Amino acid sequence: MLLIAIALLGIAAPFVLPTVVTQLAFLWLMILFAVTWDVNGGQMGYNSFGNVLFFGIGVYACALVQRDSGLGYYAALFVGTGAGALCAAIAALVLGPPLLGIRGHYFAIATLGLSIAAADIASAWEYIGAASGIAMPVYPGAIGGRARFFYFLLFALAAVTWLAARALYRTRLGLAMNAIRDNEDKAEAMGVHTTRSKVFAWTVAAFFLGAAGGPVGNLVGFVDPRDLAFAGATFGVWMVLMAVLGGRGTLWGPVIGAVIFHVTQELFWTYLLGWQRVAMGLLIVVIVVFFPSGILGWASRLRRHGDAASATSA
Amino acid sequence: MSNLEVLASAPILVVQLVVNGILVGAIFALVAYGMALVWGVMNIINVAQGELVMVGGYAVFYLDRAGVHPWLGIPIAAVAMYVFGLLLYRGVIRRLVDRDMFVSILATFGISILLQQLANQLFGADIRTLSTNLPSLSFAEGHVSIASIRIVAFAAAVLVGVALVVFLHRSRMGRAIRATAQNARAARVLGIDTDSVYATTFALNCAICGAAGGIVAMTWFVQPYLGLTYTLRSFMIVIAAGLGNLPGVIVAGSGLGVLEEFAGFVLGAEYQTAFIFIVLVALLVGRNLVLARQRKYLA
Amino acid sequence: MIRTQSFVAATLAAAMLGAGCGMANAADEIVLGAAVSLTGKYSVNGKNTQDGYNLAVKVINDKGGVKVGDKQYRLKVVYYDDESTSARGAQLVERLIDQDHVNFILGPYSSALTKAIAPITEKYRVPMVEGNGADRGLFTQGYKYMFAVLNTSDYYLRAAVNILAEEAKKAGRDPKSIKIAIAIENDNFSQDVRDGIVEDAKKYGMQIVVDDKLPADLNDMTATLTKVKALKPDALMISGHEKGAVLGIRQVAQQKVYVPMLALTHCDSAQITEKFGKESDYAFCGSQWDASLTYTDPWFGNSKNYAEMFKKTYNYEPPYQAAESTASVEVFADAIARAGSLDRDKVRDALAKTDLMTFYGPVKFDETGKNVAKSMVMYQVQKEDYVVVAPSKWATAKPIYPAPSWAQRESGTKVGQK
Repeated sequence: MLLIAIALLGIAAPFVLPTVVTQLAFLWLMILFAVTWDVNGGQMGYNSFGNVLFFGIGVYACALVQRDSGLGYYAALFVGTGAGALCAAIAALVLGPPLLGIRGHYFAIATLGLSIAAADIASAWEYIGAASGIAMPVYPGAIGGRARFFYFLLFALAAVTWLAARALYRTRLGLAMNAIRDNEDKAEAMGVHTTRSKVFAWTVAAFFLGAAGGPVGNLVGFVDPRDLAFAGATFGVWMVLMAVLGGRGTLWGPVIGAVIFHVTQELFWTYLLGWQRVAMGLLIVVIVVFFPSGILGWASRLRRHGDAASATSA
Repeated sequence: MSNLEVLASAPILVVQLVVNGILVGAIFALVAYGMALVWGVMNIINVAQGELVMVGGYAVFYLDRAGVHPWLGIPIAAVAMYVFGLLLYRGVIRRLVDRDMFVSILATFGISILLQQLANQLFGADIRTLSTNLPSLSFAEGHVSIASIRIVAFAAAVLVGVALVVFLHRSRMGRAIRATAQNARAARVLGIDTDSVYATTFALNCAICGAAGGIVAMTWFVQPYLGLTYTLRSFMIVIAAGLGNLPGVIVAGSGLGVLEEFAGFVLGAEYQTAFIFIVLVALLVGRNLVLARQRKYLA
Repeated sequence: MIRTQSFVAATLAAAMLGAGCGMANAADEIVLGAAVSLTGKYSVNGKNTQDGYNLAVKVINDKGGVKVGDKQYRLKVVYYDDESTSARGAQLVERLIDQDHVNFILGPYSSALTKAIAPITEKYRVPMVEGNGADRGLFTQGYKYMFAVLNTSDYYLRAAVNILAEEAKKAGRDPKSIKIAIAIENDNFSQDVRDGIVEDAKKYGMQIVVDDKLPADLNDMTATLTKVKALKPDALMISGHEKGAVLGIRQVAQQKVYVPMLALTHCDSAQITEKFGKESDYAFCGSQWDASLTYTDPWFGNSKNYAEMFKKTYNYEPPYQAAESTASVEVFADAIARAGSLDRDKVRDALAKTDLMTFYGPVKFDETGKNVAKSMVMYQVQKEDYVVVAPSKWATAKPIYPAPSWAQRESGTKVGQK
């Protein structure tokens, strides 16, 4: 029921709120970011600060297809999105085994290092435009159509990602992931193929992140290696924050976190011009310090207290 | 002539690169001391470390503007940062100590954004420098030059390192800090006020960063966004040195500095940072593989 | 030291946002929309840009505004902060056009942002005049609605190469024997600067012995400078915005790197003479404009007058980024008056036919939107002061080349004429 309501809302939104379509498109991107992060983060216990690496790979893969393949706009976009997803997935398959062997915060630092190195390498590599980036081809549709087109594309991607995550969590593999998070050694001792499971989960996250890259590159119109593709200090960290804000390891937590984070950010930016980043920093500290288990965690604790209170008073 | 050939044809350049690397690395090592302390004692990775350096740098800069010579300004800034550290501890850090390290990473990230953007709004994004009026030393017919400020920085790094080790081993508070780092609960049982230990540790970290900031302003420049570089480098140094190895920090710092100089020279400066990070990742992967054989993990 | 100006601008912008959202523009106003970098890595120059726009609007309005047909219109600018990121920039311009219903667009700061925005103004057919996006790539896309008052970034240091060639010929040296070292920040703008140097160097057959791209966190260029010391080029050319200029001067002096010519960009906005005094002497600087130029226009008089007015209003010397922003608004005022209407296509056509003299320099656009009438200025720091040394028409002094050695500089030996 809830899903249908959200689906309807999502479809109607660009028509009901035509002035903020681009911002809404980014909202779906944020949801995608948070959900994919949670796959390896909250659900599996491997807190990656470098997932933006896969997003960036997707952005560039699609941009290169659009630039060099000679295909028409929509064909190139379609192929490019697929290429993005594929390349990102391959990257995860290759980097997964060595990196996922590292645990805890060292894993976080290693992934952070990777995404920073990627940003530097992308800025120096002439073939992909180096620091000058790549200018994307202009959307061929009607005026105002671009934002709406990519809104629906990102909406669809986010929806598919979430449904995939939900399906994943219901399988044996999903349970294995949780087991790995709770106690990896025990899980291994019990026969869970930890390496395989870890790499698979990371690859799934990478796949969807890579797929999102192309549409975002086209929506923005210009691919900058540091500011858009491998934006570690913004996208890379926000992925983590949103999932934490909403509640890690839950299905709806990341979604709620993404919505609240993005809306708050837009509001700050509209009403606190110049100070929006200061406010954001403050907000992050407040969230993390006072709501470490996220909104959902806090809500469930309230409910439990409420139940306990009503039980005792009954 | 490729870069390697240039090096081979003029070995004196190797000396310059090594000297540069050691001296630059020492400044990063200065920042890494505090990072190592806070990490080892409080189990918190302070992502705002670089921003503390930045704030210290601005403090010394504005003191200089107000007529206080940097040599005096640095100790004053260090004291001010110590107080700032105490306040920050009481306000936020205290609540992070017993938590998951991941939480502390995020929270200090928030603090770093806050400080960075506040600095941008309050001080502007202009680049600020402090002049040192110190001469540059030249050796080997001018082939090797060293700015005196860097030697001062190196000396400061060594001194601070020595002072820290002495402090930790000889003084009461120092021993309390080490005890808490080993086992906080046991320390409490023995009557150590771990809260004040943590406060002192964090404040000390801020003070060192503040002093480092002044040196940075004199060697290079200050601007609101310089933090990330120092945060990341101090991470790497602590990891390379191994947690708990304080004397190792300056060795690791200089070592990484030298590595970076050579990477910049041979590969081209644009790959300098990427190279270092890949080395870091390789280091982590490698260490982990070795430990995994013994069913142990990087902890 | 709270930046009251940016705070005031921020509240004004917020108020304008509130007022401008979805409402039609006041009857006798021409509304220009601008996404500028008020925060983020470009915020210094973003502020320069905003101040440039504001001063232009103020002076033009004070002198009666813009005459469209038989009515006087006032100019107004609606600002947004693009946070120095292209993603925001693109979003904002759409918002300005779609929601705030501005008449025309003023350019952002930096080529990267202009590149992100140009496809949108093109799509919506809204004329944009920009003064801060100098990348050559902007002019190869066939945009009809974008007009740039500045020279493309590849021109920043071409004059330095040309000076090298001239001096070589004067000294009886074959220009082919000249060696150049280049160090650039790894970004859009600097890459173009480098391409310009390389192109002109190739023309003379000069060799590029160092071609380094410095990392973005550009804190130290000692590795590159060590290379430069080893290879002893005739010139070291550095492009890295303000950081590059500051580091260049500081570290070249600290490491006692001797090069007969040190050429930089962004010297004035980095305030190298204030920061480094004597150490900044003999440095060559590429610039779009200089306050000593004697172009004049009816709104500001000559560059000196402009600089004085700017300094009085904003308390700092105007760097060229501010001057070119002011010029952008002047170009609009002129074109709108000539078009006699606010219709976007009519104004676009009027812009294409611009032939205007401003304090910033002459403005005439070719069919790609480039300004082909103005030339880049090269100055040199002599006795801690900037003097124009190229183009020769506007030069106030001869370039001092080669620079005296460090030993000579320390002993205070005077070299060169004034």
